[in-house]
Amino acid sequence: MKKYILKRSLQSVVTICLVIFAVFMMLRMMPTSGYFTRDDYLNMTEEMRTVYLKNLGVLDPPLTQFKNFVTKLAQGDLGRSITVYPKLNISTILKEKIGYSAAFGLASMVISMGIGMPMGMLMARKKDKFIDHLGTGYAVIVRSIPSLIYLFLVQVWVSKIFNLPMLFYKNRPESWILPALSLSLSSIAWYAIWLRRFMVDEENREYIKFAKVKGFSQKYIMRKHVLRNAMLPIAIGIPSDLLLIISGSLIIENLYSIPGMGGLLISSIKQMDNNLVQILVLIYSSLSVIGVFLGDLLVVLVDPRIRLSESEG
Amino acid sequence: MEELYNGIKLTEELFEKIDYDEKTSEEGGYSNYSYWKSTLRTFFKSKLSIFLVILIVVLMSFSFLYPMFSKVDPNQISLDMDLWNTKSNSANWFGTDGLGRDIWARTWYGTRNSLVIAIVIAIVEVGVGSIVGALWGYVRKLDTIMLELYNIITNIPSTVYLILLSYIMKPSITTIIFALASRGWISEAKFMRNKILSLRENEYNIASQCLGTPVMRIVSKNIIPHLISLIIMEAALTIPYSIGSEVFLGFIGLGLPLDTVTLGNMVNQGRANFMLYPYQMLYPTAVLCLITVSFYLVGNRFADASDPKNHL
Repeated sequence: MKKYILKRSLQSVVTICLVIFAVFMMLRMMPTSGYFTRDDYLNMTEEMRTVYLKNLGVLDPPLTQFKNFVTKLAQGDLGRSITVYPKLNISTILKEKIGYSAAFGLASMVISMGIGMPMGMLMARKKDKFIDHLGTGYAVIVRSIPSLIYLFLVQVWVSKIFNLPMLFYKNRPESWILPALSLSLSSIAWYAIWLRRFMVDEENREYIKFAKVKGFSQKYIMRKHVLRNAMLPIAIGIPSDLLLIISGSLIIENLYSIPGMGGLLISSIKQMDNNLVQILVLIYSSLSVIGVFLGDLLVVLVDPRIRLSESEG
Repeated sequence: MEELYNGIKLTEELFEKIDYDEKTSEEGGYSNYSYWKSTLRTFFKSKLSIFLVILIVVLMSFSFLYPMFSKVDPNQISLDMDLWNTKSNSANWFGTDGLGRDIWARTWYGTRNSLVIAIVIAIVEVGVGSIVGALWGYVRKLDTIMLELYNIITNIPSTVYLILLSYIMKPSITTIIFALASRGWISEAKFMRNKILSLRENEYNIASQCLGTPVMRIVSKNIIPHLISLIIMEAALTIPYSIGSEVFLGFIGLGLPLDTVTLGNMVNQGRANFMLYPYQMLYPTAVLCLITVSFYLVGNRFADASDPKNHL
């Protein structure tokens, strides 16, 4: 198993490097006006702009730029923001933002697992009954309608019905409810639908029929066999979810004006802050690679079938 | 050839050579089984599917025919302030927006434009994906390179990729098509490759091969029909996603230019005036939801119907 983990880690490191390199090269095509603050850009002549860009190193060949970027990154220097928070260190900005996104992300993970998993189990148990159709209908709506639409309608209508604030305020806990719930809407459906499907698949297996014939109670079979095996594929996604919560939701943070990471990416794009866009995009991409890697590792650790076959091989 | 089978000596005279007959080779355990007929029969067994298909056909033909026959210009601005932000009435069925433009006309022009964009994306994505996927499934040498490419592309979160490309290229219809199709094709290709590999290794295909069926016949009779139904299903499912992405890009300020009439732009423009004139967002949104939900459901139901296991 150690051999497998080592091999898989090496593979992930290679993938991260390739992803970062690919994204960095794509970022070289960013409009150069994004390296100026708006006033600077308007006040400078064309030659002054070129000199400025040259001094920044933006006109160097992409590979040299990549080398410089990596050396700086290794020293812990993420560069400075240009237009969103002029001249501020990006690491300082991130430190402040990550907290909000992480808090909301964690809350929504707890909510979506807390509601989604029991919902999935209930749907599997009442297969083809009313409650199952209701849950499926919910999942269809959440998956096929663009999220912006239902998130926005939740914001304006639900806040009115329950008299909740429409925006996020740091010191008013009641204003935290709606964003946290909205963040969970689609993942509730995700957990419910997959758990239901895996449980139904699992229930039709031969060994479950055998366990029934042996006379085990339905409850025991569910708990000991069906649920355990059905949870495995879901476990793969958990590390990704955990890591990506700090990235926050672009739409929700913007709708509720939560000062988190997702809102930061949108404002950095709207205000054309190349340095900030670059760092954020690279962070998002690396996090998703790491998440997939950890998910694979987790499965090796929890699934005895894979664990055994890997250690033999 | 002296072998014992259940104690009986198998001698040459017990066997009789027959000529290859295409008709008899088609005979299966079930009489008159036709993959397409059964798929369609299973699909149209449910009333909801029939309703959804009719709904899609009606919505699509109306949105394509309306711009041809209507004389209302969706970009006609009115200078008369009384005609701004009106509620639905006999002249403007969905009312007018803040510049006096007719929302009914804009909704159908927008639906047509959004559908055209989504269909182009679906064709490019699924078309390229199927061709590459077929090569990938049959040419072993490609496997390592393609897998690494797949890892790189899919490891960049799709929203980040979409945002990045729209930021680099100027917002336009070509950008959105390129941004979505350039990421989507590889997932389609991987999906096709997996399907081809599993279809090819299926017992009945191996059995067929052992019985001497030529490869071309296996491909054309046993593999391609399955793939075509998968292609239809995948194309149907990319349409809601494309429309959703267009709405999302409009929201973060990287959408299509404001003078392009699309459902995404209408939803985002309507959202800005929602507090005062909710209907300006709700009418186009209702049409948008009808389209995405029906395509999503039809895609999924068709997927179920195309599985031969559900044919009996």
